[in-house]
Amino acid sequence: MSSKRIDNFGKINRDKIISFNWEKKNYFGYEGDTLASALLANNIKIVGRSFKYHRPRGIMSCGVEESGALVTIGSLEKRDPNVRATSQELYQGLEASGQNAFPNVNFDFGEINNYLSRFFAAGFYYKTFMGVPPFEWGSGTSIWMFFEKIIRKAAGMGKLSRLADPDSYEHAHDFCDILIVGSGPAGIAAAKEAADKKLDVILVEQDSLLGGDQIAEKEFDTNKTLQELKGLGVRIMNRTTAFGLYDNCVIGLIERVTDHIYYDKKDIPRQRFWTIRAKHIIVGSGSLERHIAFNNNDIPGVMTVNAAKHYLNRYGVLTGKDIVIATNNDSVYNTADLLSQAGAKVVILDSRKEVKLDNFNNNIQVKFETVPYSINGSRKIKSIDIADANHQPYSKIDSISCDQVLISGGWSPAVHLLSHRGVKAKWNAENLCFLPGDTKEKITMIGSARGIWNKSDCIKSGIAGALDAMHHMGLSKTNYFFPKEGGWSNPIQPLYEVKYNKSRSKSFVDYQHDVTADDVRLAHREGFISVEHLKRYTTLGMANDQGKMGNIIGLSLMADLLDKDIPEVGTTVFRPPYTPVSIGALAGRNVGKHFRPLRVTPMHQWNLDHGAIMIDVGLYQRPWYFPKNNETLSESYIRETTTVRKSVGVCDVTSLGKIAIQGPDATEFINRVYSNAFAKLPIGKTRYGIMLRDDGIVMDDGTSWRLSENEYLMTTSTAQAGKVMSWLEELLQTRWTDLKVNVTSVSEQWAAAAISGPKSREAIKNCLENPSLIENKNLPFMGFVSANLKDGTPCRIVRISFSGELGYEIYIGSDYANSMMDLIWKEVQNYNGCLYGLEALGALRVEKGHVTGAELDGRVTIEDAGLGKMASTKKSYIGSAMRTRGSLSANKDREQLVGFFPVDKKETFDAGTIVCEKNKIKGSGIGRITSVTHSPELGHWIGIGFVQGGKEKWHNTTLIGSDPVRNKQMEIEVVSPHMIDPEGKRMHA
Amino acid sequence: MIRIKCPYCGERDHSEFTYGGDASINYPSLDASEAEWTEAIFFRKNIKGFQKETWHHLNGCRMWLEVERSTITHEIKSVKPCHPDLQKLMELKK
Repeated sequence: MSSKRIDNFGKINRDKIISFNWEKKNYFGYEGDTLASALLANNIKIVGRSFKYHRPRGIMSCGVEESGALVTIGSLEKRDPNVRATSQELYQGLEASGQNAFPNVNFDFGEINNYLSRFFAAGFYYKTFMGVPPFEWGSGTSIWMFFEKIIRKAAGMGKLSRLADPDSYEHAHDFCDILIVGSGPAGIAAAKEAADKKLDVILVEQDSLLGGDQIAEKEFDTNKTLQELKGLGVRIMNRTTAFGLYDNCVIGLIERVTDHIYYDKKDIPRQRFWTIRAKHIIVGSGSLERHIAFNNNDIPGVMTVNAAKHYLNRYGVLTGKDIVIATNNDSVYNTADLLSQAGAKVVILDSRKEVKLDNFNNNIQVKFETVPYSINGSRKIKSIDIADANHQPYSKIDSISCDQVLISGGWSPAVHLLSHRGVKAKWNAENLCFLPGDTKEKITMIGSARGIWNKSDCIKSGIAGALDAMHHMGLSKTNYFFPKEGGWSNPIQPLYEVKYNKSRSKSFVDYQHDVTADDVRLAHREGFISVEHLKRYTTLGMANDQGKMGNIIGLSLMADLLDKDIPEVGTTVFRPPYTPVSIGALAGRNVGKHFRPLRVTPMHQWNLDHGAIMIDVGLYQRPWYFPKNNETLSESYIRETTTVRKSVGVCDVTSLGKIAIQGPDATEFINRVYSNAFAKLPIGKTRYGIMLRDDGIVMDDGTSWRLSENEYLMTTSTAQAGKVMSWLEELLQTRWTDLKVNVTSVSEQWAAAAISGPKSREAIKNCLENPSLIENKNLPFMGFVSANLKDGTPCRIVRISFSGELGYEIYIGSDYANSMMDLIWKEVQNYNGCLYGLEALGALRVEKGHVTGAELDGRVTIEDAGLGKMASTKKSYIGSAMRTRGSLSANKDREQLVGFFPVDKKETFDAGTIVCEKNKIKGSGIGRITSVTHSPELGHWIGIGFVQGGKEKWHNTTLIGSDPVRNKQMEIEVVSPHMIDPEGKRMHA
Repeated sequence: MIRIKCPYCGERDHSEFTYGGDASINYPSLDASEAEWTEAIFFRKNIKGFQKETWHHLNGCRMWLEVERSTITHEIKSVKPCHPDLQKLMELKK
């Protein structure tokens, strides 16, 4: 092939020269070039290496269907692999290189695979490395696992940078009346018709320019079209791909904002991920030209016919000097004429008997009833052998020397978007292609995506499409009809493969994955005859191009082998995305610290100012520990725990869920929701309650306070706050619609601090206007009062204890959290108290055997948790019928909550440790440790968790804690989970 | 993306909602037998076609809705509040 830029052709801006770098060498192109057209203009033949055999590959198309010119753009963290050179616009300083080659695409050691190709047929890896001869030794998974690592290394095309992506991406949303995909003649006609009727229209085009196939027409002026559409109010989104079509006319788009320029600032995103909700969607996505399978049909210099036309008329590049065109249809004749006018010598091989065309250039030699048989050459085309179309088996009848072979095996409408909706394409035998199937959704197919080949009919179909949309929207009663599909003067003739008569041919069906016609035959021999099996066995139609060029050939070969028609064999379903979508665009701005929302408590800054190290708890950041003088985590929490047990500590507990329950039936409601009795809870008292699910498993626990006759404040665990709120709403809105109750989340409205320890009462007293309110007689355990802080701020004080010590929680309006903390902290310091974080909170509760989410994990019944006495037998409540259901009560050996001590008191263990019997250390054992801590009071590590049969069964037995993840084992003993002050004397003090 | 016409908020993406479950179940009374509850919470019809299901407008008005949706095409035939009083209210609003 000798391709070159020529004068008087093309629409590029020759006044603006652009320099770029290919494989570490500098070249020049013009404004308006793609990387592919610039490479062709510089006569660069080999731009890639094929997937399996490392065969040299050139540029094979002019669009998104490209499966030869997959290149890597940029370097270091900007490296972007597997970019189609045919869609990459050229910009000043663009750096590109070939891939899947070592040391480079011109000379690649991997090419040895081409000569060993008979070993690399479909299914080679699975057959060989799973222990089939000659490697019979060690058959089974282990040998596959061993070889897999090596195979994975050899697989894949481009390489990722493995560095963090420096670009920014963005998610955007929009609405419109009609969204039109594709700006070919049909799409433009539809847009004009709809915009004329004052509808809000978005026109989406994946190319940088509007026009579709018309761009390759000399007289077509893309800018004029753009201005005209803009004048009509059409919203135009170019460089934007509609990659997926979803329910209710929701469409996903990727807008490439800066991929066509060099841009390293972050104020504009590289790509924008659009979700657009339209009332109607019109798809004019065009059609894709197919190739034909014959021997060596992948040698650099092979291209689709229409691509050559675009390179000539859009980019001013003549892709060959001596061109042979192989075809079975009319679409090539116009291009042949153009190429001839541009100075190329053109020979057409037409498989058909004869063709009647008006105004055809008689200088072009046409060989009828002739098919391409084999290309000679390896790095470039030297000549092509041809065969008699009517003489099977085919054999070489002549040879034509040439430097380029253009192929057109027919056209496939791009029905992908409709296929995303689950609409099956239907085979059209007249035009040898799959046409879009029927749909009830508000989607209309137009133009060549509908199988309409000629331009004037495409325009008519666009207008009909717009009328169809308006008809569905109830805006138009105008009659409309769609032109019939097809439109060529002479019928197309089936031609999918020209079978080579020698063994070991290289007739490629799917270029991208090196799937040959022989591979399809092998799949058939081995029984993989369904198209879905064929695809997975041979990888036909996989990878970047998703079978845009080769799929139909594969189907026709299988149909032939099965002696069936193509429609009987069927086609695989296209799924989004139409072209690859970068992970960065999917993530958008949800990366780094924006990966998920951050929740902080109103005293967040106060905690930080007082030395807190924070930890993520769900979406919340909570104080983890408050180190003094460079303490480590364990030094810090042990000091904090000890201080709480000895004197007093303060902890931010704002993140608990808080729900206001109000209404005349509030008591009835809360009594049905909790498993324990709430009907007689006096005003001014609070009670710990457990909620079950319908199926009798524990959902959540918390306290509820009776504020007045008809008003409660419920607290939930931090993690379940949202779920409990939804659950209460569900019960009130769907099941107990007669109850007059309202629930409101007030989690954000209240801030809360726990003050725990023997000195807590004295410390708080000094913070209050009226200290006597919290005297033991006025505020006993599980009571609460409304009080004023010294500064007059109203608050609620509840006497509850998670730590097991005398303890209070003070709730205050969120805006007053910081002043409250200042006040309390001042007093607490007078008693040598401390601030404590989540680690100490956890240590204190594990010592007491209090359960949290680690224990209440959705598998635990109220009895399992050792809280059976909290399940009322005197009332019915959610889960009461099911908590003792057969399958739960029949098993007398269920896991029960217990405490664990290491036998050797110097030993430690971690949460997640599996509890096993001695000599039976395997599988899931007989239990698990769920929470652990060092207990300063006991002087060694302790844990709580579950063991089958509970403490009764094992309290005199030494068990084994097995921690296979950390490769650790220790002897443990089972004790009561209530390890400190089991009678609860301290909290009642 | 399914679009659900919330009677209070208008048409919204399904990502604003959470799926509840089968809306056709009449949950038994709390003192009903284990057998009745087992039937109500564990046994479900696998409907091909339109089914009534509950959706919670979690990131909207927080109304629980009864949605009639096709399990084949996702087509939505009707949306109404689960609570009968809210249903009446929405009727009045129209």
